[in-house]
Parts: sequence; structure tokens; C-alpha cells
Amino acid sequence: MSRKKDKLARPPGRGSVSRRDFLRGAGVAVSGGLIAGETTKARAAAGATTPILGPGKVPITLRINGKPQTLELEPRVTLLDALRNHLDLTGAKNVCDRGTCGACTVILDGDPVYACNVLAIEAQGRNIQTIESLTVGGKLHPVSAAFVEHDAQQCGFCTPGFVMAVKAFLDHHPNPTMESVEKGLGGNLCRCGTYVGIRKAALQAAKSVKGGLHNA
Amino acid sequence: MEAFEYARPTSKEEAVKLLAGTWGETEVLAGGTDLLSLMKDYASNPKRLVSLSGIAALKGISSQPDGDLRIGATATLQELIASPIVAKQYPALVEAAHGVRSPQIQSLGTVGGDLLQRPRCWYYRGGHGLLAQHDGKSLVPDGENQYHAILGNSGPAYFVNPSSFAPILIALGAKVRVHGPSGAREVELSKFFRTPSSESEREYDLKPNEILTEILVPAPGGAKMAVYEVREKEALDWPLAAAAVVLNTSGKTVKSARVVMGHVAPIPWPSPEAEAALAGKTISESVADEAGKAAVAKATPLSKNAYKVQLARVATKRAILAAAGGA
Repeated sequence: MSRKKDKLARPPGRGSVSRRDFLRGAGVAVSGGLIAGETTKARAAAGATTPILGPGKVPITLRINGKPQTLELEPRVTLLDALRNHLDLTGAKNVCDRGTCGACTVILDGDPVYACNVLAIEAQGRNIQTIESLTVGGKLHPVSAAFVEHDAQQCGFCTPGFVMAVKAFLDHHPNPTMESVEKGLGGNLCRCGTYVGIRKAALQAAKSVKGGLHNA
Repeated sequence: MEAFEYARPTSKEEAVKLLAGTWGETEVLAGGTDLLSLMKDYASNPKRLVSLSGIAALKGISSQPDGDLRIGATATLQELIASPIVAKQYPALVEAAHGVRSPQIQSLGTVGGDLLQRPRCWYYRGGHGLLAQHDGKSLVPDGENQYHAILGNSGPAYFVNPSSFAPILIALGAKVRVHGPSGAREVELSKFFRTPSSESEREYDLKPNEILTEILVPAPGGAKMAVYEVREKEALDWPLAAAAVVLNTSGKTVKSARVVMGHVAPIPWPSPEAEAALAGKTISESVADEAGKAAVAKATPLSKNAYKVQLARVATKRAILAAAGGA
């Protein structure tokens, strides 16, 4: 069994190659001979009939923004790393990677989740919606448009997670109040402190969605 | 995190067969909100994860024929919040779930996982082990202990139990059902948590190859209940101190009370002293205050957490007042 540390969890600094290209290369390099390009076969434990998968790569099919995508991933790969490092869907951000900051928020079967808290292998069979699906034909989703209008971002790194958290919140709470928005966004952090703009954006987006500007 | 094998059984019997008999070799994956973070920090390095997500028998929330509430171990916090039965009969459970401020955690996190989540102690999370020992001596008493225990802290454990539901479930008289190689057993939740005395022990009464399958809560029978958490911020965080109160009343008089504090000791901390201070009384601000005072009378704060004694006292007082004022 490979017991090497997952270097993907600790990205290096900037370089002349793009960070994702570098990570792809680094991922292969640290994976070593056991699993480079090789899919491990399923087997069962003594007395049990359930197949045991990994620790090497196994086929994983994810339904992302309505499209099934099949990848070869180790069971330890999170949904966030699958999206960012293997599918070039880099809208969800890797910030704390510990289920605290909300920057990696995606919508799983209609509910907001931290993509860093979900193993890709566990997300199989579920509908995964990422921020990339919100813009259709170059037209911003009402939530994104409301963020622009209310200047609801500063550095912008938390923004995709916040937009997805707002979308999921409004899907479940179409008639929000300022108080319910504050509580409903308790799972996301903005270190620039743009909360006031974000809350206003959420309230406006609720009106826009009801006014028929919804496109996703 | 380290690489691991993964299995997703569809029955609890299969799950148990896939678990090793030694702690650390295998881990059970439910919502993953705690376990994956521990693995990324290399505080937990299992060789195999056994996922519970494929086991239908562990899901759901329902009323039992005997009046008990059955909460499946993998029922999510969101399911608990949305359950009409829970909202009607156990409002304090909903309140406790709301205390976990993040909708993202409420979507994924499970009630069983809340009970079995590992301590937030930063020495433990930083790789110093559950007892935070270095050269046989705990780092906590002379260290950064501002979030550690103020009760039950004579050692060797100084962490606090991090569960949001354990105090109120204990106050309600809940039991948990456990499945292992020799079948099922039930444990009173009040006896389920324990203070480990060595690194090879865990802080709860499970064997490495047992899984928690369900939580059984007796019908409240008109009891009044509330939880109160004192926290540093309104967004996602663990409380500094919390209390759960269940009052059985006759008219305005308290016949009997259960008071259990959270985040103050290595286990959820029942307070017979506060319960005695409430019995036979009519709840008032001063009665609640006296009970809060009694709850922390035996506190032994560490070098940096004396402030938590006052917070636990106030949490208890406010939980009592909220219970008395609530339905």
C-alpha cells in the first residue's frame, strides 16, 4: 500500500508553469510506481462480500452540472481536488481545506456542502452543481449579478463559495429577511469583511429570482 | 492525507466485518466533516475507511411504537431540523442543531457523527495525541489551555467533549444502540462517554469494530427543555460553554430537573448540584442563577480558562430560564 503523503494537499508556490499543470505533474511523481496510471482491482475482506477499493486509483463517475464524468482517482481524493485538479473546474476555491471557510461550497443534491469535506468516491450517484453552471450564454445568474451590483466582494477569493451558499440558501428560503440571511450564510467566511454587501446582494437576488430572472 | 482503502457496505453486519479490531487501523466514515479534517492533519491515518452512506438501516428519523424517537446514526443535522416530529416534541434538539451554524455542515454532518466527533483540542489536532503528552507529561496544564476543561480535569485528559447533541440527549434520557461482531447492544448515553486514561483508549464506549447505529430518545411527556451555548462568534464555531436543561413540572413547580453542561469537561457533564437547586422550586431569575452557581461550584479551572467558569454558570442559568419560558 502506498503510504506516501498526498502532496496535492499542500500546493507549492507560484512558478513559471501554471499551478494546476505543476500539480498534475507532481501528483504523478509522488504517486510512485504502484499507482501511476494503474487502476487497482477491487477485492473483498475476509468474511465480507463488499468490494474493497484502492488505495490506488479506481474509476469514479461524477455527475457534475448535469454531465457524467468518469475519472480514475484514489479514494482519498476529495470532491474539491477532483473538481480543481482533475476537471479544471476551479471556481470552488481551496482555502482552509478543513470544512470551515466555505470557499469550496458546491451544491450536492440541492444542499450546500463543503467540497473539501466530501470524498469524490462518496459523491458518486449524486447531482453536483458548481459555480461554473451558473453563467449561461454569458449571462450572469441573478445571485452573481447582485454581487456585482452591491460590490459584494473585495479580493474575491471567497466569492464563488458565497455565491453558491447564497444560491442554495435562496433555493430553500425564497422570502429571506436580513436576519435569516445572516444565519443562512454562517458557513462562509470573508476576511475582507464584505458581509454587508453580500447580505444586501442576497436580499436583492431573492427579488430578482422571483421576478423571473432565474436562469439555473 | 495518507492513502487508504475504501469500502461501502450496504448492511451493518458487513460494515462490522470490514472494521479492524484495533483502533487506528480502520475508521468509520459518516458525514466526513470531522474525520477528513483529522486525516488531512495526519491526526488520524487509517488504512481503510468503511463508509456508512450505503446502509439504509442507519438512516432516517421516526417515532417508534413505544413512543421513543429513533434517530438513525447517519441522519443529518438538516434532516433533524426539518423533522416535524422533532420540531414538535423536542424543540431543544432543533435548537442544538441550529447551534452548528453552518448549513454546509448541517447538510453533511450526522447525528451519530456529532456524538462521535473527536475533541477540538489543538494539541490533539496538532499531532500530540488525545492526551497531549510529551515525555509522559501533558502539555495542557502549563500550555495554551484557554479552551480546555474546567471540570473533570484532574488528568490525564484535559480536552472538552465537543458534541452539540450529547448534553440535551443525556438530559432527555437517550440511549444509543451499537452493533458489533456479536450483535447489538444498548448503552445509556449518560454512560457512553468516558475520560480516557491512556492513548490507546477512546473517549466513548465503542470497540474498534463496533458502529453506532441509532439513538433512541424517550417521549418527553410534556417536559420543558432548552439548550444554551456561549460562543465567541455567531458563525460556525464550537461553543466555549453550553448547557442543556429538561424540566418536569407540576404547574409552575419543578418536580425534577436534568442539567447537563457541554464543552466544560472531557465528557458531557451532568450537574446533580444544579438539579437539586431546582427541585421543588418555581423558576425565577434568582433560582436559575443559584442553580448556575451550583453547577460550577466544583470547577477547577486551569491557568488560562477561569473565564469559562462564569460562561458555564451563565449558560446553565439561561438554559434554565429558556426551558421554563418555552413550551
